[in-house]
Amino acid sequence: MGVPPGVHIFDSSKLMTTTAETRVQSADTTRYEAVIGLECHVQLATRSKMFCGCPTDYAGSPPNTHVCPICLGMPGVLPVINRAAVESTLMTGLAIHATIPAATKFDRKNYPYPDLVKGYQISQYDLPLVKGGWIEISVDNTTRRINLERVHLEEDTGKLTHAPGGSLVDFNRAGMPLMEMVSQPDLRSPAEARAYLQKLRAILRTLGVSGADMEKGQLRCDVNVSLRPVGEAKLGTKVEVKNLNSFRAVQRALEYEIVRQAAALDAGEKIPQETRGWVEDRGVTVSQRSKEEAHDYRYFPEPDLPPIFVEEAWLARLREQLPELPDARRARYMRDFGLGAYDAEALSTDQWAARLFEDTVGAGADAKKAANWIQNDVARLRDAASDGQVLEAGHLAELLKLVDDGVIGISVARQVLPTVYATGRAPRAIVEEQGLGQVSDTGALEQTVRSVLAANPAPVADYRAGKLTAINFLKGQVMKASRGKANPGVVEELLKQLLEQTGTQFSN
Amino acid sequence: MPALTSHSIAELRALLDHRDVSAVEVARAHLDRIEALDDSTVNAMLTVTREHAEAQARAADARLAAGEAAPLLGVPMILKDVMITRGIRTTAGSKILENFRPIEDGTITRRLAEAGTVLLGKSNMDEFAMGSSTENSGFFPTRNPWDLERVPGGSSGGSAAAVGADFAPFALGTDTGGSIRQPAALCGVVGFKPTYGRVSRYGLIAFASSLDQIGPFTRTVEDCALVMNAIAGHDACDSTSLQAPVPDYRRALGSEPSLKGVRLALPREYFDVQGVEPGVEAAVKAAIAHLESLGAELGEVSLPHTKYGVATYYLVAPAECSANLARYDGVKYSLSIREPGASLWDVYERSRGEGFGREVKRRIILGTYALSSGYYDAYYLKAQKVRTLIKQDFDRVFEDFDAVVGPTSPNVAFPLGAKTQDPLAMYLNDLFTIPTSLAGLPGISVPAGLADGLPVGLQIIGKALDEAGVLRIAHAFEQSTQWHTERSPIATRALDTVER
Repeated sequence: MGVPPGVHIFDSSKLMTTTAETRVQSADTTRYEAVIGLECHVQLATRSKMFCGCPTDYAGSPPNTHVCPICLGMPGVLPVINRAAVESTLMTGLAIHATIPAATKFDRKNYPYPDLVKGYQISQYDLPLVKGGWIEISVDNTTRRINLERVHLEEDTGKLTHAPGGSLVDFNRAGMPLMEMVSQPDLRSPAEARAYLQKLRAILRTLGVSGADMEKGQLRCDVNVSLRPVGEAKLGTKVEVKNLNSFRAVQRALEYEIVRQAAALDAGEKIPQETRGWVEDRGVTVSQRSKEEAHDYRYFPEPDLPPIFVEEAWLARLREQLPELPDARRARYMRDFGLGAYDAEALSTDQWAARLFEDTVGAGADAKKAANWIQNDVARLRDAASDGQVLEAGHLAELLKLVDDGVIGISVARQVLPTVYATGRAPRAIVEEQGLGQVSDTGALEQTVRSVLAANPAPVADYRAGKLTAINFLKGQVMKASRGKANPGVVEELLKQLLEQTGTQFSN
Repeated sequence: MPALTSHSIAELRALLDHRDVSAVEVARAHLDRIEALDDSTVNAMLTVTREHAEAQARAADARLAAGEAAPLLGVPMILKDVMITRGIRTTAGSKILENFRPIEDGTITRRLAEAGTVLLGKSNMDEFAMGSSTENSGFFPTRNPWDLERVPGGSSGGSAAAVGADFAPFALGTDTGGSIRQPAALCGVVGFKPTYGRVSRYGLIAFASSLDQIGPFTRTVEDCALVMNAIAGHDACDSTSLQAPVPDYRRALGSEPSLKGVRLALPREYFDVQGVEPGVEAAVKAAIAHLESLGAELGEVSLPHTKYGVATYYLVAPAECSANLARYDGVKYSLSIREPGASLWDVYERSRGEGFGREVKRRIILGTYALSSGYYDAYYLKAQKVRTLIKQDFDRVFEDFDAVVGPTSPNVAFPLGAKTQDPLAMYLNDLFTIPTSLAGLPGISVPAGLADGLPVGLQIIGKALDEAGVLRIAHAFEQSTQWHTERSPIATRALDTVER
């Protein structure tokens, strides 16, 4: 995105291209500074739910099959804290350099809704497990620290489906451990919001505390956004936007909101404090609830659960378990592997790519080449691949070695990779089986080259008339005829040799 | 030979172990008695589980035949209808749960089943345990076995009346602000509220989670100790249940009715105060004189925050109940009134409006208010602070004393309807039991005399987790007095004069 480095003012020129279908026609957003805060809900990857023993692997299961009296909130039941969920939250706190208070507790957040089985949600109010902390983001070569307000633990609600004639509720998700991470309003552009989310996802995945997949609802995000005139210190009225189910949605919704608010402010209107919902298919936000309708949640300490005391020894043990985090990994990639900042950032924030990269380099591949392959050809395949397909680092390293050794050219390597990915077979075996090995033998290639020259008298004449670039076309034809197997260097040599033999005629 | 239904647990134990009677015979004798008498007298029962009881009794007989010796094997009992029982209707005394059949047993129901007890049925109660007379039952009021025109106390009035009417040698109740001790006093039986956290609450339908505690009604202190042995102890399913080891309470009773060296505190605030009936005061003072004669050292103390107990309780308990009762919304297992075209809010309002009784609504409203934005600090938070002060009152006294003694209730059983129009008068019934609940301490009520022919209870309050100390004092008192042998007119009514 085109946010000027170091200046956190929204670039309106980029804006209109992405908010295609909006009611707001345009607005001069450069007069305003956007102030953005994110509230993320992270479903923790524990084996059992937050307060009961129900398994968490309900994805794809029929409704109401992963439930018990406790997560259904039946009369008489009591919650028991899932220690793994608490530890995941503490680990997250340590990873974002936060303060971990010595004592914390759960509270009841009261509101009636059919997806909330008890009529209250067990959450945390004034003593969250984690306070403060920060996440570093890089946008357009500028690195900034985004501060967090808090991280707390709570239980997820069930899921309502509205059907004609009534609503249906599925409680499989009810009682899932949910970590709420609230940032301070430190973000200044949709691109920064997206970068923050991506870094957050990288940290969560590196820690292994969550799948953090937005499409699967494992990472959900509400944004708060307000505008203020550039140079103004006072914050504008914030609007909360909900129902953002992808990185793209977060970015688009923010872009839309900024234009909408800017237009309203330009027209001298006041921005009402409200909650709006993002409507993905129309690309707009719509008002859902005004401040006057806001709930009084009547928080009070959860009497069914004792306070949690986080002892230093416990924290020390968790600190020892911390894996290398994305920022440290990024620095190491630059230092040890000589990667540039962009490559290092991209690989270090993608757990899967980072592992493949390190293993591939470990298997003998050149770091820069491996990084390049992983971010391009491999990434494309991965996006298109179905779950369960894996690329072995050894195979990628082998493929790169085949290229380095001149056994195959880049184009054959590109051709072979999807088969390696899909079948899990070694590249060398595929190359041999399909006879894709590069042909460097001049004797074997000469016939092909002669045929190409015979078939293309015009470029041949051009070349001989001094237009030397015509050789590239001829080279391409030879490569094509050899189905990419020909060694391009050898082909070029041969072409030059034959073309410069003046008077030579070629015939089929 | 006396009727099987008049025996204590200890006596039944001997009969069952010697095979003089079978568990099935014992169960049937009690079931017959309940079925013959309950409807026409005390109305203690909401549900009688004859089939279930006979099956459990047969299983107990099989275990007895196999030579198993267990203190409660084959002993019949009744549970307050606020304890969930698998497949057996559990109403919490409320219309909103009129047809609720839990899909599992609570921890204590399960422990008692494993101990071999026989569940005869579920007893009546004030709706969601809110009340002091059992007149707030969503179904019908229970009556006092000593005088059918009077209340049995509450909220566990059904359990107290049942034990007082010889329907079972023991019953379980729950105590949030006095709901075991006060009806025990009014029905002339033993009622014990253990330390908060001593007995698992898993399966107890919550009224006020930080106060609710399950405890026994029995006719003797020894029986109370036997039941405590079966129900006390940590439960991983209740995070507020305590890890502390559980002593053998029966053994702790001691053999000699001596209180030599025991220091008993008499709180000024529990005596000579307005509202205590002279008959109650006289009986309790006589009981205390008797305790002194057993060797106890008495000392007058002050529990200065006692006067704030009722106010504190009526903020904390309603606040918690306002959340605990939110789940009864007409969407799930509870009463659901859905008319065509009704909105979600219509369903909430109609179902709760018709399902809950007046007192429950009053407390939900009180609690919701106390927790509301802008009022939280002034009410809920302040109440929690006062709660700490009340607890500290007791802590100071226990530096020098082993137990606190006083009246359980300021009055004897009052006539039905006498206080239903005056909630505050009703709330003041629990003046002496509420502070103990707020402090989480164990407290027992033992029969300590009669005033105008109605039972008076002596309350003994102990240190946290010192159930054994409380039971020992109560046992010494009981064994050296005759009050526990006084039986209600319903208890002494022989079955054959009624039915056969």
